[in-house]
Amino acid sequence: MTHKLLTDNPGKSELMLGNEAIARGAIEAGLRVGATYPGTPSSEISLNLFQISQETDLYFEYSSNEKVAMEVAAAAAASGLRSMCIMKHVGLNVAADPLMTLAYIGVKGGMVIISADDPLMFSSQNEQDNRYYALLSGLPMLEPSSIDEARAMTKYAFELSEQLNEPVILRTTTRINHSTGKVVLDSILQSQKKGDFTKDPFKKVAIPAVSRNLHIQLLENIEKAASLSESSQWNITTGDGKWGIICNGVSYNYISDAITELNIADQIRVLRIGFSHPLPSKQIQAFLKACERVLVVEEGEPWMETQVKALAQEIECTIPIAGKSLEFFSRLYEYTPSKVRSVMASFFNVSDTKQDPLSLNDLPEIPGRPPNLCAGCSHRAAFYAVKQAAKSLDVEVIYPTDIGCYTLGVLPPLNMADYLICMGSSVGTGCGFSKALDKKVVAFIGDSTFFHSGIPGLVNAVFNQHQFTLVILDNGTTAMTGHQPHPGVDMSQWNLDNFTQVSIEKIVRAIGVPHVEVVRPYQVNKTIDAIKAAFNADGVSVVIAQEACTLVNKKRKKRAFRVTDKCQNHRVCINEFACPAFYLENNRLQINPSQCVGCAVCAQVCPENAIVPVKESS
Amino acid sequence: MKPIRLIIVAVGGQGNLLAARVLGEAAMAANIPVGMSEIHGMAQRGGVVESALVLGDAKSTIISDNAADILLGFEPSETLRALNKCHANSWVITNTKPLPPFTVNIGKGTYPDLTLMPQLIQQKVARLFTLNATELATQAGNILSVNIVLLGALTATKALPLSSQQMQDAIKKTVKKAFIDINLKAFALGEKAIKL
Repeated sequence: MTHKLLTDNPGKSELMLGNEAIARGAIEAGLRVGATYPGTPSSEISLNLFQISQETDLYFEYSSNEKVAMEVAAAAAASGLRSMCIMKHVGLNVAADPLMTLAYIGVKGGMVIISADDPLMFSSQNEQDNRYYALLSGLPMLEPSSIDEARAMTKYAFELSEQLNEPVILRTTTRINHSTGKVVLDSILQSQKKGDFTKDPFKKVAIPAVSRNLHIQLLENIEKAASLSESSQWNITTGDGKWGIICNGVSYNYISDAITELNIADQIRVLRIGFSHPLPSKQIQAFLKACERVLVVEEGEPWMETQVKALAQEIECTIPIAGKSLEFFSRLYEYTPSKVRSVMASFFNVSDTKQDPLSLNDLPEIPGRPPNLCAGCSHRAAFYAVKQAAKSLDVEVIYPTDIGCYTLGVLPPLNMADYLICMGSSVGTGCGFSKALDKKVVAFIGDSTFFHSGIPGLVNAVFNQHQFTLVILDNGTTAMTGHQPHPGVDMSQWNLDNFTQVSIEKIVRAIGVPHVEVVRPYQVNKTIDAIKAAFNADGVSVVIAQEACTLVNKKRKKRAFRVTDKCQNHRVCINEFACPAFYLENNRLQINPSQCVGCAVCAQVCPENAIVPVKESS
Repeated sequence: MKPIRLIIVAVGGQGNLLAARVLGEAAMAANIPVGMSEIHGMAQRGGVVESALVLGDAKSTIISDNAADILLGFEPSETLRALNKCHANSWVITNTKPLPPFTVNIGKGTYPDLTLMPQLIQQKVARLFTLNATELATQAGNILSVNIVLLGALTATKALPLSSQQMQDAIKKTVKKAFIDINLKAFALGEKAIKL
């Protein structure tokens, strides 16, 4: 069956998720090579492109990290093919090294870099504003405000990239990626089949003598981009009032709705910036001259505001320009329609149309509903085993952790997370803690994260003879972001050829880790013993805990467990293991058979052996 | 068309996103402008899932506090938690069957007393419709059709300018073929559960 994003029916309207619209835009542009490392809120772009690559000429790969993904796309673009790399905002930190010099080298085929930012941090460790990467690198940047624009802008980004011979950053926020709206399909361009690379080392090999010239070329390209931005269809002025608003991205939607609700359309003039780097300086200066006061509405940092004020200074414009600086808006979190409307009402001195909040003081307290490791999750079993093994030590244990489902181990009763910065940081910080403290250090990292950026840290640990234990929680998938593949995955289980599975154990042994244990965390006592042995080893030790993610493991026969009368209500199971399939009925433990996957770990945890499989016949 | 703002709250696994998709498809087919947003960071891991739908002439796809005209709750404690999204003229439609969070299940939290819930909500908003959607879904043949039961109930309130037929067409377009019959049955049971 043809993938739904391949419908070749220009003019047809469809309901699409923002990420589907971006994937569609890339397909319409004739995307030939795509690469990614998964990360919310960008993941569905890659999911769709990977599916499409199974039935078209598109080559799409899950790379081992964002840096590699960008390099794969860069080489394709250097060969004249249209390419794209897709990542979340913090992924661009990983790819920042190629980004900065790729801007010098430039591209031949159109190349688009998707940076999916996450204001308010729905699923991220920070809310950095990646628009600064455009300023830092000098690369052109586009920012859509709607779902259909996400599609159209993605398609345009490839043309722009080829016009300037530079990669283009398409920067979104969660509310574009994970919003759904109407998209009008455009025609699909045929992708170029084969790449063509012209050798020209004195323009493509970034040695100092070459780069000195390439920097000149980059500055010229920024000038060219600036003139395109001045006349860009994506930088739109509407209205002819004296109250100015300069905005970008989803903020444009909020100010548009607020103008209607506040009934101030006659007074307002709006400049919506979609081609945001370089900013259209002359357009902004003309806009400032036409206004009595200007409000800059942008989530994140005062990125436009600072530049707009500098542009005002150039033309000696002294009208009030506000945004974050006069504390109208915050640099924190995402905006909401009512927040934007109330700031507009205050800045333009009109009355707000706010609905009164309901009085909710009399509501009963509502228990929280935090996400939890799944019933049967092997991470919970591994955490339990580490905790039991740690009881044999006479020092406190520090647990650096990493990014994945297992970060949820931070929650009680597991409490198995003490320090986390970024992807791969468990290993490097494990090295540091082991030198800084007289304590046992046990670091956790997932399989995909190990491939992403855990390996260099482990090489460091061996070379510098650090003393800690690394537990690699290998569930055979990139579970957190939606079960994407990674180099350790056996792709033949999905009937996909042309992949070679990379063994974590062989890597760990090849690095020269002096003590390596491979365990099945569902086997509780064996796992505890192996972890104890790893704790006692000299130098860095590694425990690889292998058990398939319970959400994708189709092989295991599900056989629920139940609690017998032997239960003495010790509640070791609840207090130390805490599987979400447990519940209390008449103050006795029960196991929900529809949630239980039959991992049998609780049966091994119970001191009375009171938990047994439900009989097949019953 | 003046915008109508609808919030759907549910527990991960209850089919919130599919319900929103059905509404979006129905609106598209009816030529009503529609924008939607969703937050589902860890839906498969038992967290709360929230969708927002804005029908009519508006560009925003998210809904501020006190700005939802309709709140559709798939689980009663989640309905209560989301009441801050409502205003005095809002309509609330909620499932009455609890799905207690894990902390409550293992005795480390207290589930709110639901006997007072209808009265509490009724005092605050314009209209309240309650139904045991979980029971009706089981009756339709699959407990997982609780989302479509609630769409039936929502449609029967006539809070949205979408007809029963338009909704049924959208269900047929959106759900997996094998589940169409059960879901249409669930939809009809939800519709019947509402007395205007």
